[in-house]
Amino acid sequence: MLNTPRPELPHATGRRALLGAVAAALLATSVSAQAQFKVQISGVGATQLPIAIAKFRDEERNTPSLSISAIVRADLERSGVFRATAGNGALDENSQPVFAEWRSLPVDALAAGSVTRLADGRFDVRFKLWDVVKGNVIAGHSSAVEAGDLRLAAHRISDAIYEKLTGVKGVFSTRIAFVTKGAGRFTLRVADADGENWQVAANSNEPIISPAWSPDGKQLAYVSFDKKKPVVVTQDVASGARREVANFRGSNSAPAWSNDGQMLAVTLSRDTGSQLYLVDRSGNIVRRLTTSNAIDTEPAFAPDGVGVYFVSDRGGGPQIYRTTVSGGNAERITFGGAYNISPAISPDGRTLAYISRQGGGYKLYTLDLSAAGAQPQALTDSSDDESPSFAPNGKLIIYATRAGGRDVLMTTTLDGKIKATLPSPAGDLREPVWGPYGR
Amino acid sequence: MNTPSLPILRSGLLATAITAALLAGCSSVKLDDVPVESRTPVSAGALAGNNNAGKGTASSTVTPVDLSNGADALKGAGRVIYFDFDSYVVKDEYRGTVDNYAKALAADRKKHLMIEGHTDERGGSEYNLALGQKRAEAVAKSLALLGAGQAQVEAVSYGKERPAVQGSDEAAWAKNRRAELNLK
Repeated sequence: MLNTPRPELPHATGRRALLGAVAAALLATSVSAQAQFKVQISGVGATQLPIAIAKFRDEERNTPSLSISAIVRADLERSGVFRATAGNGALDENSQPVFAEWRSLPVDALAAGSVTRLADGRFDVRFKLWDVVKGNVIAGHSSAVEAGDLRLAAHRISDAIYEKLTGVKGVFSTRIAFVTKGAGRFTLRVADADGENWQVAANSNEPIISPAWSPDGKQLAYVSFDKKKPVVVTQDVASGARREVANFRGSNSAPAWSNDGQMLAVTLSRDTGSQLYLVDRSGNIVRRLTTSNAIDTEPAFAPDGVGVYFVSDRGGGPQIYRTTVSGGNAERITFGGAYNISPAISPDGRTLAYISRQGGGYKLYTLDLSAAGAQPQALTDSSDDESPSFAPNGKLIIYATRAGGRDVLMTTTLDGKIKATLPSPAGDLREPVWGPYGR
Repeated sequence: MNTPSLPILRSGLLATAITAALLAGCSSVKLDDVPVESRTPVSAGALAGNNNAGKGTASSTVTPVDLSNGADALKGAGRVIYFDFDSYVVKDEYRGTVDNYAKALAADRKKHLMIEGHTDERGGSEYNLALGQKRAEAVAKSLALLGAGQAQVEAVSYGKERPAVQGSDEAAWAKNRRAELNLK
């Protein structure tokens, strides 16, 4: 069929709709500024679903320091899938919206809710999501949360809206970890996936690198230099309890958790040269994974629990290879370029994200592992990219790069079209890693 | 290849002899074809004190140097070894530095040396950590060949995490591609 009729949009005609669109665009801009993040959209075909998130009833009175509705709006915008507005009018989850008015804004979906302070000091957060085009309720829930979990409650609402409207699980309520450097101090931090709500996990005058979340999201493994040499430690995020899992002679680095969380692949130089080993959570060596005369480092488990991707310069420059959790032969994966490092595997195992040196710059690339002979795809125009890590739904990659003379963290969609810079109130940000679902 | 002229020292004579024997068979660290310089293991400061008559120091000043434990000899010997870009070869110019540390370690088996490898800022943290490790291990290998005990020397790496100099030009990078030697 040649002239496929375009689906009729309920609100895309007329002068009034145009004005509405302009108003919505202005609102979206102000929301972005308020949330201190910047979303860049490049290329054609970046279609975005217009959605209204009304101001939640009593949120200004009961939670003056944070606006649930603004957090939800910002979440949805940063995903690149939505164009969010607040709209006008007082609404909550019990309202009967006049859908024709919302359609004319124009939006396709509307969410509203309320924040109520409970007698025990907690907050009851409720919301409802309407399909404005069809005029029916499509999602909603309520939850009672501690004050410290209000942002989490907002992110869970974002997750529910995102999943309902896209069919994909949201990652707004997940967490990220990263390292900040400022005034000679290195700080391992945990933040919400939107880069807000910074919390300190570890502080040191010595460097901290390579944080990695345990599959249950309860622990972080990382490389500490507190002992004047690189040592791999694990830390319980909630309690702060630390344990050395690799402090062998020489350097200990590059921790990666096995999928069941029972073991870590690490790079050790105990037998000279940087080689991969498997250690258990108590720090006992289970087996050596690679035996080469070259550098083998940066292990990353494939989601099948068998494959282990890693970086080796056994062929000259660093390239990404794949071996198995039992050791054995290594298969070379990357061929384009002379320097390919820092492999990250998407949760479905189909996409490899990595850093490739191209023309003197270090750029984020992806390679489709499911198609033989697939070509590497550049995702950025920047030249100092590092440390890619997939969101647990596989739709976004977080990575470190340089912008405006500072080290910043950015997220990008897998097609590279929608990027967001995470807020960075202080210092240089680096070594980001995206945590799993649930907390 | 000329026969190296061996220094005759009051201490470390045995280590030096072992050195000369081992050097002949060593190829991986590119130290084998370097003539061994004659040198005395005293610090630069001590040398200046002894020899700078007429520069404001009394010409009869004698600065004592205790060579019995070897440590003083290392003060002026340089505790940093710099590397070329993408290289792990301990350059000829650091021959004396390595030699002095090897002697100090051979003279006192209770001494311990940490060698920290470092890289410039370019590239990823973990790969640079492995590159720095390679530099530290190259120095460790040289020391072992010169008589230092395996257990006395530990090679570790900071990768690009602890630059000696800030900056993103070759001058800064050259100062950051290094191995630092810390005797304890």
